[in-house]
Amino acid sequence: MTPQTTASSTTRSASAHAALPTSPSTPVAPSSSDTMIVFEDVSKFYGEILGVNRVNLQIAPGITSLVGPNGSGKTTLMNLMTGLLKPTSGHIRVLGTSPDESETIFRKLGYCSQFDSFPRGATAREFIEFYLRVHGYTRKETSELAYDALERVSMLEAADRKISAFSKGMRQRVRLAQSIAHNPSVLVLDEPLNGLDPMARAEIIRLFRQLADAGMYLVISSHILHEVDMMSDSVVLLHNGYVVAEGEVHGVRDEIDEHPIQILIRCDRPQVLAAHVFEHEHTVEARINDDRKGVFVKTRRPDDFYLLLNKVITEHDLQVESVAPVDDDLNAVYQYLITSDGRKA
Amino acid sequence: MSLASEISQQPVAAEVNHRNASPERRSSWSLWTRQALAIMRLEIRKNFFSRRALLLYPVAGLPLFLLSMLSLFPPDTDEMQNFGMLSQVYAAVYGGLILRTLVFFGCAWIFMNLFRGEVVDRSLHYYFLAPVRREVLVIGKYLSGLIATVLLFTITAAGAMLILYFGLFPSESREYFFAGPGAGQLFSYVGITILACVGYGAVFLIVGLFFRNPIIPGLLLYGWEWINFLLPPGLKKLSVIHYLQSLVPVPMSEGPFAVLVEPTPAWISVPSLLLFTGVVLFLASLHIRRMEISYAGD
Repeated sequence: MTPQTTASSTTRSASAHAALPTSPSTPVAPSSSDTMIVFEDVSKFYGEILGVNRVNLQIAPGITSLVGPNGSGKTTLMNLMTGLLKPTSGHIRVLGTSPDESETIFRKLGYCSQFDSFPRGATAREFIEFYLRVHGYTRKETSELAYDALERVSMLEAADRKISAFSKGMRQRVRLAQSIAHNPSVLVLDEPLNGLDPMARAEIIRLFRQLADAGMYLVISSHILHEVDMMSDSVVLLHNGYVVAEGEVHGVRDEIDEHPIQILIRCDRPQVLAAHVFEHEHTVEARINDDRKGVFVKTRRPDDFYLLLNKVITEHDLQVESVAPVDDDLNAVYQYLITSDGRKA
Repeated sequence: MSLASEISQQPVAAEVNHRNASPERRSSWSLWTRQALAIMRLEIRKNFFSRRALLLYPVAGLPLFLLSMLSLFPPDTDEMQNFGMLSQVYAAVYGGLILRTLVFFGCAWIFMNLFRGEVVDRSLHYYFLAPVRREVLVIGKYLSGLIATVLLFTITAAGAMLILYFGLFPSESREYFFAGPGAGQLFSYVGITILACVGYGAVFLIVGLFFRNPIIPGLLLYGWEWINFLLPPGLKKLSVIHYLQSLVPVPMSEGPFAVLVEPTPAWISVPSLLLFTGVVLFLASLHIRRMEISYAGD
């Protein structure tokens, strides 16, 4: 699936970059609300405490990750999306449905929260079937749907064992099965990888990818950045209740033009390259790499730098082994956004 | 087979419409009934078999145990030696112990935990994330609590009466219950117990919804119900116990300080309690429609 970053989200990122996370973004086009998850100027206060403030988002199919430290507003945003919380102001539509319309919205939405609670003595199959019956399915439908869900999370063999005897990873899978059992189009997952061992993580991430590729909307919260980086089509970075940036990982990165990009160029004559790079006005730093087989460059204008690099390579016949951004991952972006001079925070 | 290959064999999006259509196709009433029954099934299981429920069995069994002891080792008093006085003895046990204390606290325990207990256990979101009207959730939970309390306390009320009578005077009791007024009294006590569960259940359900710590309002209600005999006639009617006491087959003296009023006739008491219950459940439904869940901060 092609990662989808909406036009408005790109605009929003620009405003976020301008250190004005409180300013509302471009108004949401009404036509998109039936096919997207739309937050329109949404704020939530717990008394005087800010949950999230003036959030404008459009979430397309695929995997969208909400990233931020504890207290940043990830769970609040998810709870607002699922109607567990009511917004203090603003509007939310999930594929055209308000979260208040519980009878409609929860036929197309599943939420796997991070709360690890199960009825006492229940088996995995019973747990899933209990709540499918609450949906109104017949006994036969319930049985089939529960079977499918358990199969999807590779829990069929343990289906009739008591959940209380399960490991944390297995319990996580059971909750995941419960949230996808009614085949929702939208799946909201709060810290779904917490407590999973590496094998289980890889399997679950693969499952998410498969669900996203089948056309589902997956909204995932995490504070483990490298995992999000690996699996997300787009990211929403949150801090203290504000959306500080959103869009594709690389798209967000591009918009932070104040933040110098770090690039490592491996070549046969790094001294020659370093001398020319220094002359470039947007170069912040250029130094020979420790192994003396490359140049480490920090620049504010990567596009200009790449043009310059092509010119130097051609003019001096440099043998270039590789050109790679050093910090073009979410962690670098995130650290920059939330810590640099406190501007975004 | 790997997880990925299993998934690839399941066209998720295609299944969505096919499968999800099923419950939606049903008429609203049929769907709501099915959902309420599903909620009741799950809640009844919790009411009877959860760790919280374990406290209820000794509470409900207490009068049976005490009256069994009384039958086995009857004290040498006029009341216990005279069959004609047994109805007074049972009226005192029923009014003082069963109705005012055990049914009251039993209902408090079950109904306050219907919602509050789920918030404490962090499991209420499972219901709130299902495509079910919250009014249906209130009804389903209330009925499950009602079934549990009615079952427990009608057995207690009827069992205690039968143990007292048949334990002390078996032959007279046979005559009393099969050819005398005994059966009528028994059914009256069972009926009053059911009405008590209906009324107190609604009160405690809403108390559990509105108060984070419902113990203090529960104790205040208990005090209010206990001092009912001292209240002026107008205030007496603002209690559940007044209407229940109006129905008891053997009236009891409430002591020299009691403010005496005419009992409310059954044709007013019963509909009043049911109407009161309906209003309370309606208010609970209004509240729960706006209820938010935030077990903890982000």
